[in-house]
Amino acid sequence: MPENTPAALRVRNLRKTYKDVVAVDGLDLEIRAGECFGLLGPNGAGKTTTIEICEGLTAPDSGEVEVLGMRWDSHAMELRQRLGIQLQETQLGDKVTVAETLRLFRSFFRCGPSPAEVIGLVQLEEKANSRVGGLSGGQKQRLALACALVGDPELLFLDEPTTGLDPQARRQLWDLIEQFKRQGRTILLTTHYMDEAEQLCDRVAIMDHGKVIALGTPRELIESIGVEHMVEFRAGAASPLQTAPLKQMEGVRNVRTEDGNVLMQVTALHRAVPALLQELNRQGVPLTELRTHSATLEDVFVTLTGRHLRDE
Amino acid sequence: MSDVTAIPELGAREDAAKAPRASTPADHALVQLTLTRFREFLREPEALFWVFIFPVLLAAGLGLAFRNRPADVLKIATVTPELAQSLRKDKLLDVQQLSQAAADQALRTGKVALLALPGANGAVVYRYDDTNPEGRTARMLADRAIQLAAGRVDPVPASDRLMREAGSRYIDFLIPGLLGMNLMGSAIWGMGFAIVDARRRKLMKRLIATPMPRHYYLLSFLLSRLIMLVVEVGFLLGFGVLIFKVPARGSLADLAVLCVVTSLSFGAIGLLIASRPQTIEAASGLMNLVMMPMWIVSGVFFSAQRFPDALQPVIRSLPLTAAIDALRANMLQGVGLIQLAPQLLVLAAWLVVCFPIALKLFRWR
Repeated sequence: MPENTPAALRVRNLRKTYKDVVAVDGLDLEIRAGECFGLLGPNGAGKTTTIEICEGLTAPDSGEVEVLGMRWDSHAMELRQRLGIQLQETQLGDKVTVAETLRLFRSFFRCGPSPAEVIGLVQLEEKANSRVGGLSGGQKQRLALACALVGDPELLFLDEPTTGLDPQARRQLWDLIEQFKRQGRTILLTTHYMDEAEQLCDRVAIMDHGKVIALGTPRELIESIGVEHMVEFRAGAASPLQTAPLKQMEGVRNVRTEDGNVLMQVTALHRAVPALLQELNRQGVPLTELRTHSATLEDVFVTLTGRHLRDE
Repeated sequence: MSDVTAIPELGAREDAAKAPRASTPADHALVQLTLTRFREFLREPEALFWVFIFPVLLAAGLGLAFRNRPADVLKIATVTPELAQSLRKDKLLDVQQLSQAAADQALRTGKVALLALPGANGAVVYRYDDTNPEGRTARMLADRAIQLAAGRVDPVPASDRLMREAGSRYIDFLIPGLLGMNLMGSAIWGMGFAIVDARRRKLMKRLIATPMPRHYYLLSFLLSRLIMLVVEVGFLLGFGVLIFKVPARGSLADLAVLCVVTSLSFGAIGLLIASRPQTIEAASGLMNLVMMPMWIVSGVFFSAQRFPDALQPVIRSLPLTAAIDALRANMLQGVGLIQLAPQLLVLAAWLVVCFPIALKLFRWR
């Protein structure tokens, strides 16, 4: 992504408070044209509030929002023509068919593809004349996406596009989003799935408590915690494990215990694992489980906050 | 899915701009929104039942139960063939000739209203209960039959001209009442449920995230209501006029104006009710709270005049009372719009007060 492309979305010092809950707390964002940008964070981090302020559906308490170079208070109608929006948990009318729903949404926009074209795009051809009430969760989500596409948007907002879907339906939706990326559309999506953010997003902002706590490409974020691998093991209960010697081993950055599992952040897997086996052998502790994986955005979040993305 | 899959290219904005799609009037947002209203309504069998079938069933049931019967034939008994013969000359009497014991039994058990017995010297004795109106009527009819048979000539010749006026029956009273009730129900339920359901589903929020002009959404309700109105009113009126011969004495154009004003007025009330609630339950409760008192006091099934005088000003200012009074006056007495100005003013007042408040309170999310 060239650094000098114009910003599709610019947010400065955004704040929003609901009663006594601070949902967004001084947020800055800049999304470049043509990139897929992810807001990653646990539920309640302020992702939906942020995206809905950008969509012009919620008014911020303070701060500036500039979408496609325009502001909501002066160019709302023009912006609505040029944005594609998928909200979290919209239930479209059950009694109308897929084709009827898309024809309705298409009628709101000046230009864009025909309902039939969008149906083809989200692969709902067989369901075109079925009522929305009879669709599966994945099909409903694809229809919601189709509704966001009928205006041929320059900027696409997707709020938790795959929440509640089975793995296969999620894959299918990811493929669709990948295609839009290739067509050069700008996408802002929110998710609490780290794999989704890693898979789809050019850049990710990790959010927690209404603030961006880390920003960069998935690769940069993972590298920023300085570890490449995670080793997770469970020791037999024969005698208590002493974790202090583990921290001294070569290539080990950090060790902590969680529900009887021991988690080690490791920079060099090929040194750390033999050393771990040797140490366990020395302590006479049997090994019952051993897993290793490359560091993920989840590990970034855990490292930054001490909490998991999905726990709350 | 792989890269090989043929994907219609959406990204080509210039192409779309160069060749704007031929759009038909049917692709206008307002038309599409109104069509959606119809689809949602017509695909809900319960709604069809309540709007079309239920009022007709109600009218049919009540019309049958309270139909005007021809004057009852009175059952009486006697014990001699001579008396029976004289009495049978009156068509309003159903005369049975019984044994003395059977006749006594029939009178005691109320199977006959009167017993005509021969007295001394060709006289007649009537046995009946004088506290029973049927007994007293039977006494007059039986005596007239016997006196005429015996040769009495009335000094003044008299003849009957029977008048059974259409418009004075219960069904005539009922049909305009049901019509008013139906107009209220369809407007309030039709708006209330559809709007609150769209809010609950966050469908409304989704719609305002598009460039849809917000007033189109509300206009689509108005349009679909006015179109449905023709069908609904036609159905109930057609039924009343064709089957029960309910009179439609007023001008049909006036009736149409009354129905439209009534619908607009109740539409505004429906919109006000639906402006805030987030759940169907909350909306249902509100709708019943608003409609229930009017079902009772506004004169759907019986005249609103039965309520105490002190309450009349309140009752007359309710929209349903005004609507039903005007509909009855139009249909049964053929009264014109000018004389119905007070009722029209009441309806207009509800519209003018409720609509702006509803818009002010309305929540899109």
